[in-house]
Amino acid sequence: MKEAHHKADEKTYKFGMVIDLDKCTGCGACMVACMAENNLPFRKDNSDRLRSNLWMRVYKISNGRSFPDLDISFIPRPCQHCEGHGHHAATPCVSVCPATATDYSHETGIVSQVYTRCFGCRYCMAACPYHVRVFNWWDPTWPKGMSKYLNPDVSVRMRGVVEKCSFCYHRYQRAKNKAYAEERRELHEDEYQTACTQACPAGAITFGDLKNPEHKVYKLKKSPYAFRLLEKLGTNPKIYYVSTRDWVRKAGDVYLGKEGKDVTHA
Amino acid sequence: MDSASAPFDSALFPEGVKRCKFKWFLFWVAVLHGPIMVGVIGTLMCWGLALNVTYLNNNYPFGLWIAADLGIIALGGGAFFTGFLRYVVNIEELKNIVNYAVVIGVICYAAAQGILGIDIGQPLRGWFIFWHANVHSMLTEVAFCITCYFMVLCIEYLPLILENRQINKLGFFHGLAHHLHGAMPTIAAVGVFLSFFHQGSLGGVPGVLYGRPFAFREGFLVWPWTFFLAILSAIACGPCFTILVTWFTEKCAGKQLVKKNVIDILAKISGRLLVLYLILKILDTIVWVGLAKGVGAPFSSFYANQPYGYWVLITEIGILGIIPAMLLLSERVRRNEAGLIIACLLNCAGIFMNRWIIVVQTCAQPVMSFDKFVSYHPNWVEYATTLVFVWVGAVVIMLSYRYLPIFPQEKELNPL
Repeated sequence: MKEAHHKADEKTYKFGMVIDLDKCTGCGACMVACMAENNLPFRKDNSDRLRSNLWMRVYKISNGRSFPDLDISFIPRPCQHCEGHGHHAATPCVSVCPATATDYSHETGIVSQVYTRCFGCRYCMAACPYHVRVFNWWDPTWPKGMSKYLNPDVSVRMRGVVEKCSFCYHRYQRAKNKAYAEERRELHEDEYQTACTQACPAGAITFGDLKNPEHKVYKLKKSPYAFRLLEKLGTNPKIYYVSTRDWVRKAGDVYLGKEGKDVTHA
Repeated sequence: MDSASAPFDSALFPEGVKRCKFKWFLFWVAVLHGPIMVGVIGTLMCWGLALNVTYLNNNYPFGLWIAADLGIIALGGGAFFTGFLRYVVNIEELKNIVNYAVVIGVICYAAAQGILGIDIGQPLRGWFIFWHANVHSMLTEVAFCITCYFMVLCIEYLPLILENRQINKLGFFHGLAHHLHGAMPTIAAVGVFLSFFHQGSLGGVPGVLYGRPFAFREGFLVWPWTFFLAILSAIACGPCFTILVTWFTEKCAGKQLVKKNVIDILAKISGRLLVLYLILKILDTIVWVGLAKGVGAPFSSFYANQPYGYWVLITEIGILGIIPAMLLLSERVRRNEAGLIIACLLNCAGIFMNRWIIVVQTCAQPVMSFDKFVSYHPNWVEYATTLVFVWVGAVVIMLSYRYLPIFPQEKELNPL
């Protein structure tokens, strides 16, 4: 039914990520790349994480034990681009937005945000269990001269609207334009990559079409060590995580339950 | 009253009633303008400096404003439900309080829309909710029904204004008021239809959030069970709020305005509906425990972070639910002024607490195991901009009481 939204001959994708938590060092390069790529505003003191605009946030978690059993892991968390399935057939945030300012693309599997249509009711933020959506509590400002270095492909958001990770959608558009110019219908895997994927020095983030067997993510998501955050809720996210450590996998898929009781957040 | 001692605006008073001197009226209106100005300053700060002037944040996108919105709409439910009882069920005695219920309703619904106008980040785009409406969103249903019902309330309020002694002398307005009165059963029925939907949709706002196990509920067709609970709770507490405001007005006016038997009818109906609501609420809570457990959210985790301990559940259902229900069911308590007012206060506080829980506690619950609980409390800007509607409402009530025939029994109860 969902595919009926598109012409039969139209190429569709299901873009997603696989993040190897055993490789992630928590360096934060993905966060910086994301901010630079997507013109994310910041304040002089940006330490208040509850009000800062982070599309990609790296959580540091611990198994809660003492040395020498102490173990930590970093969890990079972009928008999960949930699809929903079964009983919950819609993305949690998309179905609640009263002004259709956020939408699920059946062409790409990307959850978009229309900044010029959002009127800032923040219902989508309440709906998202991953806290991926952020509100512009201030007008965006940059240090003197820095505005000249903003990415011209990404619109700057005004105060009072909600924003979130778009999987660098402008890069998809650019890649698609290039493909059309070259009379191709399909994108190569390396033609469309997100900024965080390219910035990760450890190669922990892999991005691609989850339903294309030729893409790396297709194989990686099938790892026995792969999991998704809050799988039980039925949000059907497109971010897969891989970790060989049991306690990390359990921390991702429980809700303060017995399994995750020792997990602490720093 | 001889004309020499009568206030200079006495020609505008309803026939055969006494009002205080104009200077005292003006004094109290001026006093209320103090906190109103504080609220106006808070509003201008929100609009001018953006919402960073509040204590809301990305973990708490909903705070006092939305909780108050849901609470005010529930309390204002007395308007449509009293109208329903008067015009549809045809309980004749309620004609003596239905006018006042309408005035309270107008204030509540205007307040709810006003608060939303401050709460949204881009107030000038508020109309997008109608223009780009997403029919799947509970908020869309709320916006349409609240706006339509507010218009219905204004139409119900209009004949009261037209019945002002001087306005009513004009033939056209006299006729208009008469015809509006004649159409009131139809208008009230439309209001009931709209109210059922938006009261329910407001309950459905958190109920559909399947990413939030604390709030999510299964339901019937597209409506979660909270949809129906919200309707029931609104009609259970709305009449009690009408009783409370009437009682407070009587204290301020220094005289009885509505006969006890009228109040008793509302209190009795409220008590019975509250019992029904509580039975369903307890059943809902039991089912919800199993539902949340199914998605990995144990019941204890919902009450693991202070200030949201088990006391919240006990207070909401027990102290502010079962106790007022028992009190309202007792005829002896209902006939005792203090007992009745305490029961009504507890009932209204319980519903307000319920709205806070379904809105703010929902945001407070960490969902990911590695997410950290953070607390939220509103700051003065949020309090001032919420309470401003209470003060403005008080001025509207003062004006309505002074110049409009709100209370049909006043003349009989207080002969000059």
